[in-house]
Amino acid sequence: MDARRAPRAVIDPKVRKVGFFAPPEASQSGPPDPISFQLPPSSNSLSPVMIPPPCHAAENLGLHARPDATSPSAEESVAAGSYSSSSEFFHAPMSPAPSSRIVLGNGDFFHGAASSPGRGGGGKVASSFPRGGFDLTVVNDASLAIREIEKAGKGGGAMVEVKDQALNAKQKKEKTSKAERRALQEAQRAAKAAAKAEGNKASVTLASVNVKPAKAAKPPQKVDNASVAASEKRGGDRPPEKDRKKDVPQPRMQYDDKSRVEKAKRRAVVKQTEARNRVELFRHLPQYEHGSQLPDLEAKFFQLDSVHPAVYKVGLQYLSGDISGGNARCIAMLQAFQEAIKDYRIPSEKTLVRDLTAKISSYVSFLIECRPLSISMGNAIRFLKSRIAKVPLTLSESESKISLQSDIERFISEKIILANKVIVKHAVTKIRDGDVLLTYGSSSAVEMILLQAHELGKQFQVVVVDSRPKLRGKLLLRRLVEKGLSCTYAHINAVSYIMNEVTRVFIGASSVLSNGTVYSGVGTACVAMVAHAFRVPVLVCCEAYKFHERVQHDSICSNELGDPDVIATVRSREDVNHLEAWANTENLQLLNLIYDATPSDYVSMIITDYGMVPPTSVPVIVREYSREQVWI
Amino acid sequence: MWWRSASFIMDRQQNEAALKGESSPNPNPNPKISAYYETRAAHHGVVTSDWLAQAQAAIGPEPDPEPQPRPDPEKPFSVIDEFNNWRKQPHLAEAVAAIRALAAVIRWSEATTMMQLEMELKKASDSLKSWDATSISLTAGCDLFLRYVTRTSALEYEDFNSAKSRLIERADKFGEISYKARNVIAMLSQDFIFDGCTILVHGFSRVVLQVLKLAAHNNKLFRVFCTEGRPDRTGLRLANELAKLDVPVKLLIDSAVAYTMDEVDMVFVGADGVVESGGIINMMGTYQIALVAHSMNKPVYVAAESYKFARLYPLDQKDLAPAIRPIDFGVPIPSKVEVERSARDYTPPQYLTLLFTDLGVLTPSVVSDELIQLYL
Repeated sequence: MDARRAPRAVIDPKVRKVGFFAPPEASQSGPPDPISFQLPPSSNSLSPVMIPPPCHAAENLGLHARPDATSPSAEESVAAGSYSSSSEFFHAPMSPAPSSRIVLGNGDFFHGAASSPGRGGGGKVASSFPRGGFDLTVVNDASLAIREIEKAGKGGGAMVEVKDQALNAKQKKEKTSKAERRALQEAQRAAKAAAKAEGNKASVTLASVNVKPAKAAKPPQKVDNASVAASEKRGGDRPPEKDRKKDVPQPRMQYDDKSRVEKAKRRAVVKQTEARNRVELFRHLPQYEHGSQLPDLEAKFFQLDSVHPAVYKVGLQYLSGDISGGNARCIAMLQAFQEAIKDYRIPSEKTLVRDLTAKISSYVSFLIECRPLSISMGNAIRFLKSRIAKVPLTLSESESKISLQSDIERFISEKIILANKVIVKHAVTKIRDGDVLLTYGSSSAVEMILLQAHELGKQFQVVVVDSRPKLRGKLLLRRLVEKGLSCTYAHINAVSYIMNEVTRVFIGASSVLSNGTVYSGVGTACVAMVAHAFRVPVLVCCEAYKFHERVQHDSICSNELGDPDVIATVRSREDVNHLEAWANTENLQLLNLIYDATPSDYVSMIITDYGMVPPTSVPVIVREYSREQVWI
Repeated sequence: MWWRSASFIMDRQQNEAALKGESSPNPNPNPKISAYYETRAAHHGVVTSDWLAQAQAAIGPEPDPEPQPRPDPEKPFSVIDEFNNWRKQPHLAEAVAAIRALAAVIRWSEATTMMQLEMELKKASDSLKSWDATSISLTAGCDLFLRYVTRTSALEYEDFNSAKSRLIERADKFGEISYKARNVIAMLSQDFIFDGCTILVHGFSRVVLQVLKLAAHNNKLFRVFCTEGRPDRTGLRLANELAKLDVPVKLLIDSAVAYTMDEVDMVFVGADGVVESGGIINMMGTYQIALVAHSMNKPVYVAAESYKFARLYPLDQKDLAPAIRPIDFGVPIPSKVEVERSARDYTPPQYLTLLFTDLGVLTPSVVSDELIQLYL
């Protein structure tokens, strides 16, 4: 349909796996010859999100150049193009360990990336790290060291490829202990600088391409990812930890990063069992067995004194799915925080600003454990934390608490409730008599629009398109039919058939990203694409507080995974439940995505509280809005 | 193509003007700042006398030929009369006339508080808007005027009279800038017209005429294809004007656009209104010309003053209030036959290449940015 989407189809599904599965023969074979070890064992081992261009170039041209670069005498060529911090680092420790080879290559792609400073070091790391290279569990120390190296390299925006078959773990350990220390220092230094530069910026624009990280490749998030991991190793490393806390909301956790996951588990309140068969492409996202946490949490209620009961309640509601929908979740969270602030007492010898921020952070991480945050919630938390940080020291405890509570109140009423009213006011002007409006899933804003238009006496029809497994459209449908609207209900399978008769498509959004990409419930992209093909205008209704400055091109790098069981089985339908006990079968992976990203080409208009804007104007709103956020 | 950027053109023009001598009555004190940024600054509400001087200089040291209308002290002031008064001048656009009329409202207002004055202004602009509800530029011009004039630090003056005089000053300046927008646009578009090019124009637009006039004046060699512009045949009028300038002109019937498009190097159209998506609303036929040009990879340039930027967002052709006009087919039409009488259509932004405005040469997506910054 669209030329720009073609390349994706080229990727063979088999290829996707191989970024993580090492081909068995690679792990068995002896030390590879100096030329071929650079290359992935087969072209298959390129993970699709790993940015092929530099690697292909290496395959074609770099055959002779690369081994050259690995020889200890060619350190200059190794360092070329990377920052001094990383190159300096590579001098000492690596040369005595000739068996490990590190290739620093600055592909063209990275020049562009690295040239944007202030974005968490800006470096993007793509690394292919087939398991054949290391046995990670055995050579743990060595691999950690390598990870450190990569972290350091990341700061320099270099591409680090670490691959070695004949790595001697012991020797490696001795040789790199010094390197490790240095890497720590480097990483911390970089983290400090980055944290300073970034201020309170919430998260880093991720290049979607290389976000699926291989085992050791940290995603190119903030450098303070590195600092977190680093401080983790040292035990009590205060300053970076503090820096990280200031940074709200926390960087997204990559769940294929074992050490971090371990650490998170230790802190975790909610005991989650990991799903046994995780979908390879989405290993960086949390994949848990569903349904096991609730009783566990309930039993723990009296042991958890750190979490405020209101927050606890909201968390449970998220977990059980009682509260869903972007606005509802956000409001519930904010109200819980309001309660928590009301009951909050400043401990002696602490200040409100610091202690409350930490407190809120712990609540947030509790909520994340219950269900990953949506982008809008992240924005709301960012707002709250900035308000807390701005509480004047002269205010008394009760005064500052009251002011914070009223801030939250105002955020809810202005940014969510009033914004919705304004959106409805704008959107209703776009509904004419005789229209057939299609909506997908259930969006509170769209529902209000439809009801308002009906109240105004407009004659129109509604098509509610729905999809398994959530079937949230049914609830919307019920409320619409109750109010007397004439509705049609269809599943997404029928969307191309029904689109012929539709004159407008209204959809809600979980978030709108600054390249105009609409991040919304899974299936929205499909509906929008069909509508675009039929030349039906697609109107996205989204409050401005859900806008985010991140850029995302696909639905892979950041997403949420739902319970795979609900797509495997259909309740009360014995005849189609062929997969009943199959969920744990080795060669079956069930993928239940929650969100997807709709490219801006398919969006005709975004209706927000600032009026109707084209998707190209989202960055303007983000800019103006974040300025306003400071004012409130 | 870097040299085609608006600011560069403006800078060069200003530098040349500055080089020409200090004899000009209003030399630009800061030739580095382009009109584009000045206007932007104005939209952000940062207006200094410095800026006004620069804007003046950028537009050129052309004296204002307008006579100051004197109000009749006996008769109560009516904004419509004032508007009609201004509208009589043939070269004055409707929106500019409205802006001038609104400025007069401030001048002759008897209000004693800022609030009163604002309400009076609001009422006047509402009555102007209702005078012709279908005119996009009139509505947009009034809205912009209100935003421009009232969104100012002048409202912080403690003394009403000084605040009022500040408002009058701003109103006059806005009127002047709008009045001279056409010249700015003509200047900006010169670098896009190269020797030997063929330009297709549709309908009669004073801005486009000004552009072509200036190009002819600059001794550019180009040829113009004029569409006929049925039903009011405005193309004929444009061809007439161009013939006077000794520009080679060829007249086409409206349906010959696709036939001649392969000879055409660029399409130049005016606009009734520029909408928030970056698309334009213009005389019927613009959309199909843009479609043909787009499919043959010819650039479509729109010349439009910034007071035509409207807070509208049509989703499709039928999504705006139609402006009905009579169509004469020359033969009697049976009463059963329907006639499409709409006078204008909407061209979506993806078919437009660039917009020449007095804010600079913009891509369609910038229009919305400007509007957001103005109205937010």
